Amino acid sequence: MSAALDTQGHIASAARTDAPPAIVLDKVNKWFGALHVLRDVDLQVALGERVVVCGPSGSGKSTMIRCINRLETHQEGKILVDGIELSDDLRSLDAIRREVGMVFQSFNLFPHLTILENCTLAPIWVRKMPKKDAEELAMEYLTRVRIPEQAKKYPGQLSGGQQQRVAIARALCMKPKIMLFDEPTSALDPEMIKEVLDTMVMLAGTGMTMIVVTHEMGFARQVADRVVFMDRGEVVEVGTPEQVFNDPKTDRLKMFLSQILRGH
Amino acid sequence: MSDITASTPTLHGGSPARSAPITAVGPIAWVRANLFSGWLSTAVTLVLGYLIVRAVMGFVDWAFVNAIWSVPVNGNGVAQTQACRELHGTGACWAVVTEKHRFMLFGTYPFEQHWRPALVCLLFVALYIVSSMRSFWNWRLIPIWAGTLTAIGILMWGGVLGLPYVPQERWGGLPITLILATFGLAFAFPLSILVALGRRSNLPAIKALCVLYVELIRGVPLISLLFMASVMFPLFLPEGMNIDKLLRAQIAIILFAGAYLAEVVRAGLQSLPKGQYEAADAMGLSYWQKTGLIILPQALRTVIPPLVNTFIGFFKDTSLVLIIGIFDLLTAGKTAIVEPSWQGFGVEVYVFVGLIYLVFCFAMSKYSQGLEAELNRHRRR
Repeated sequence: MSAALDTQGHIASAARTDAPPAIVLDKVNKWFGALHVLRDVDLQVALGERVVVCGPSGSGKSTMIRCINRLETHQEGKILVDGIELSDDLRSLDAIRREVGMVFQSFNLFPHLTILENCTLAPIWVRKMPKKDAEELAMEYLTRVRIPEQAKKYPGQLSGGQQQRVAIARALCMKPKIMLFDEPTSALDPEMIKEVLDTMVMLAGTGMTMIVVTHEMGFARQVADRVVFMDRGEVVEVGTPEQVFNDPKTDRLKMFLSQILRGH
Repeated sequence: MSDITASTPTLHGGSPARSAPITAVGPIAWVRANLFSGWLSTAVTLVLGYLIVRAVMGFVDWAFVNAIWSVPVNGNGVAQTQACRELHGTGACWAVVTEKHRFMLFGTYPFEQHWRPALVCLLFVALYIVSSMRSFWNWRLIPIWAGTLTAIGILMWGGVLGLPYVPQERWGGLPITLILATFGLAFAFPLSILVALGRRSNLPAIKALCVLYVELIRGVPLISLLFMASVMFPLFLPEGMNIDKLLRAQIAIILFAGAYLAEVVRAGLQSLPKGQYEAADAMGLSYWQKTGLIILPQALRTVIPPLVNTFIGFFKDTSLVLIIGIFDLLTAGKTAIVEPSWQGFGVEVYVFVGLIYLVFCFAMSKYSQGLEAELNRHRRR
């Protein structure tokens, strides 16, 4: 799967503006107790679009993407995923979770299951796929993330970078329409960050709809159709990577970028 | 991660490693390091060694050398224990066990029918062995348990298949202990899992009910629960309805064990990081799929040691049913020496009964260690 690259090394956009949006957040508000963590968040993500969300810690970016598959519940506003509105209705929740894959900062592989079992569990139990088909599918994705030889091992026997690639393969085995990444490289040693980012770049090349919370600016420039900058629970700026990184409009974004650059 | 062995040359191409001197490895090194590492440890080793040898020799003398294994019985069936009494405690009178073992094992069960409780005990042991084999850990266990427990019921009660009927009041000894412990734990364990899950439920009514159950049952001694089951409970039943005394004690034990085990299971549930729940949720697993496939397999492995600790505790606590007049192994042993000719030989009887308890508890303990090692393979690197 060769990703089509344009002149700046950016993967060509696969966003389909003709189709209905994959994700809609409409005036979403959320509180943790008295703390107002999401304030009137509006965001539309088109099918096939790749959005990178950045912002200082505590800005609500993780909370926002966790609201999209309802690991967190929002109190006000509307969230539509694949045309289905998130509510307390369990059936619509199941339908959404089947279509949305998630990769966590701390991998969250199941330590008591082998790599292969980690990948086949949801297809077998949620998609009701025969075990043999699920294993074939899992091996296919493990090959794509370049660790088929580890299939019989347990997560604890793998390095952090390998575990995160398994987590990506595990999510892909459900054949989701949308993938959410919650700081997928933040818990990794520097030498392992690249292998995970490479996997995600590969995935971007397949036209997957992705929302990625990350501070990896190089990754954002390479794959993002749009970058969303959040601060204190608000979406402050949205634009192409060039607009956001080269031409910040607000002081908050300028300050954030200067801190990020100093850190690198 | 590295694979340096004794014969591997060092990384920088220096001299090859030599094997360690005899004073650093092997049994001699162990003895030196652990028993005679200084003048104080040498002194402690010698004193303790002397005491241990004395105690073991004393026990061997009492239990084997000076012991009497059988005594004559006169025409009236009364044992002549004169020889035993003349030992004045210098030797064990195992004759009491030889004479009375059937009463201790099977209580007042009709003597000529003793093969039935004996077979029941064997069935229980067979059931434990089959259940402990991991290749049987699937749906097959359910018919195996149902079949075995039915067979045990038929054997104990009789009244069918040409077996004479034996009322429950005449049951006693080891089968009672095994029945109480096996049914008790077989029902209490699933109950405890439900209660532990319920205590962490988001539904306030279920949570409150589970908290109330655990706190209420844990706050009361088992003995008072048994009294309640045997004395108070029948008062609440409608006229003419009566539930078997053994069953009432059994229910009290199940409820009590369930409350304790629930807290052990809950500890296991709490040891799991939140990410495991979130990952399962994010994949779209239902509550019961998540619980059965992800949460419980990990939580229960973590709490195998305290779980087995509680199991062993309850196996022995079944002996408390003696206070409501049920004839378990320990009570049967105690009753065996009420007869005038055998009075005063309690030590031998208690050693015998204790040995039976020890065999079962030690087997549980050993099995759990093996299970722990095997189930936690994934933690090894």
